[in-house]
Amino acid sequence: MKTKQSKWLAMPFTVWGIVFILIPLFMIFYYGLIDSEKHFTLANITAIAEPEHLKALGLSILLSLIATIICLVLAYPLAMILSRLGINQNSFIVLIFILPMWMNFLLRTLAWQTLLEKTGVINSILHFLHLPSLNIINTPYAIVLGMVYNFLPFMVLPIYNSLIKLDADVINAARDLGANGIQTFTKVIFPLTIPGVISGITMVFIPALTTFVISNLLGGSKILLIGNVIEQEFTQASNWNLGSGLSLVMMIFIIINMAASAVFDKDGEGGMM
Amino acid sequence: MANKLIDLVNITKSYGDNVVLDDLNLYIRENEFLTLLGPSGCGKTTTLRIIGGFEQPDQGKVMFDGTDITNLPPNKRQLNTVFQKYALFTHMTIAENIAFGLKLKNKSKAYIDDKIHYALKLVNLDGYENRKPDSLSGGQQQRIAIARAIVNEPKILLLDEPLGALDLKLRQDMQYELIRLKNELGITFIYVTHDQEEALTMSDTIVVMNQGYIQQIGTPEDIYNEPENAFVADFIGDSNIINATMLEDRLVSFFGAKWQCVDEGFGTNKPVDVVIRPEDVVLCKPEEGTISGEVTHIIFKGVHYEMEVMAGGFEWLVHSTIMHPVGEKVGIQVDPFNIQIMHKPESEDEEVAYVED
Repeated sequence: MKTKQSKWLAMPFTVWGIVFILIPLFMIFYYGLIDSEKHFTLANITAIAEPEHLKALGLSILLSLIATIICLVLAYPLAMILSRLGINQNSFIVLIFILPMWMNFLLRTLAWQTLLEKTGVINSILHFLHLPSLNIINTPYAIVLGMVYNFLPFMVLPIYNSLIKLDADVINAARDLGANGIQTFTKVIFPLTIPGVISGITMVFIPALTTFVISNLLGGSKILLIGNVIEQEFTQASNWNLGSGLSLVMMIFIIINMAASAVFDKDGEGGMM
Repeated sequence: MANKLIDLVNITKSYGDNVVLDDLNLYIRENEFLTLLGPSGCGKTTTLRIIGGFEQPDQGKVMFDGTDITNLPPNKRQLNTVFQKYALFTHMTIAENIAFGLKLKNKSKAYIDDKIHYALKLVNLDGYENRKPDSLSGGQQQRIAIARAIVNEPKILLLDEPLGALDLKLRQDMQYELIRLKNELGITFIYVTHDQEEALTMSDTIVVMNQGYIQQIGTPEDIYNEPENAFVADFIGDSNIINATMLEDRLVSFFGAKWQCVDEGFGTNKPVDVVIRPEDVVLCKPEEGTISGEVTHIIFKGVHYEMEVMAGGFEWLVHSTIMHPVGEKVGIQVDPFNIQIMHKPESEDEEVAYVED
């Protein structure tokens, strides 16, 4: 009786999943594995080896890695400060921190474009103060900045979660056994929060790797990331087959990344919430 | 007499408006098994954490072997703690957990291996070196926590309700194990518990605490047989606590009868509390008792019968191996030696025993 009822409750999502997840996924596989004459081919997938695609993929990986590392360096101390605050202050500061996340992602990135432009807000202020102007718009630096800004909360939250789950007495025990502050951190606190760190890395690295909006808006048209290449195949070149093929390659990348993080985070401890 | 290893001098600690410890003075001798006993919120754990260095007192000093360690961080103190929920490092093996303190002290590998082996043998967990803490039962984890602490050869081991999370049988086994460990190692144990039976079983000295004050310090026998106030009498075991008047030395009056006792020096016609343990109440024929009444309840407890007797308008708790059925008229006698006289507390919040060194 009960199982039958819960089956019915799952119906809306099942329909949703089939229509908006399974069918599109199947279509990507289908388009990715045929050519324009609808004959089976692997050319769309092996196209990743073409120099321009490899260059875009390499740059994507490089910028995403840099952004992930910067996020980690910024997020860990922040998460530690947040986790040590009392519960009342805590919720207020968490609120301040996640408030920008409620703003639309596109809007925030556009805001950075306005700020960074050659005649943008930042340069106007610098000019007014007779300081040299900042020319990072349309460079990889601006893209990394956009990635860090947009994805930082996804690094902070899992680390914060694994930190607040740490039993205070485990830290006390390390101190009790003779560890000073630094040793307590390197030998006990950090190793015990690795699931959160891995989860944060995954949640920053994957969206950064596949982004095209950030590179479009902050990188101009000169810097192509793999996300831009795929986007252009769909929108400008109307080559759905090549776009799908490259998407499949990215999917493999992401699955490898997820599998690697699952090894570290067996109990799902570092989950978002 | 062994010297004072720890001396707490005028310790005061409060959290916001809540005064947890108020001008506490206590010393602990070398090689003593001392138990801080009291209900939750009495300040016993805070006292232990102040000794361990995890809390700073607002006022007062912590002396260790003659030196002031009040401001010393935990890692600089020559004592180790066994925490209530074990607090093992789950990302390390058992051997790594035990070696944690020794590695920080840069001991040689041979020395560390030797110590791990010795400690595991001591807690009867030989061969568990490469297991992870998660794969052990609660009792085993607690023994590892003890092993991890004692390999550092502390002068004092602090134990914060270490058996609280274990079931009854395991708790009793661990009590004997702790006494054995204490005797083999010859180090000072400071033990925190709310379980009076545990305290009576293991301790050399019991410190009964309530609301941030020490109520009584004494051997388990002292605390049980001669409680200094109604709180101690009530907290340690079952008891009949009765309002009474001390007529003169060795004579006390309650429920309209005069009772012989052995206490002196309470003055004449002074209100006092009388405590009589249930096993010290002797039931007899109604005409032979100092007062008489009627049995109202009886429960078989295995070792004895637990009875309630209505006499003198008071419900007496009686433990006896002789059964008296409900409704039976009985007399009550108490050996003068078993009538314990206590001063009345001056006021509600001053339920404090005056403690002399």
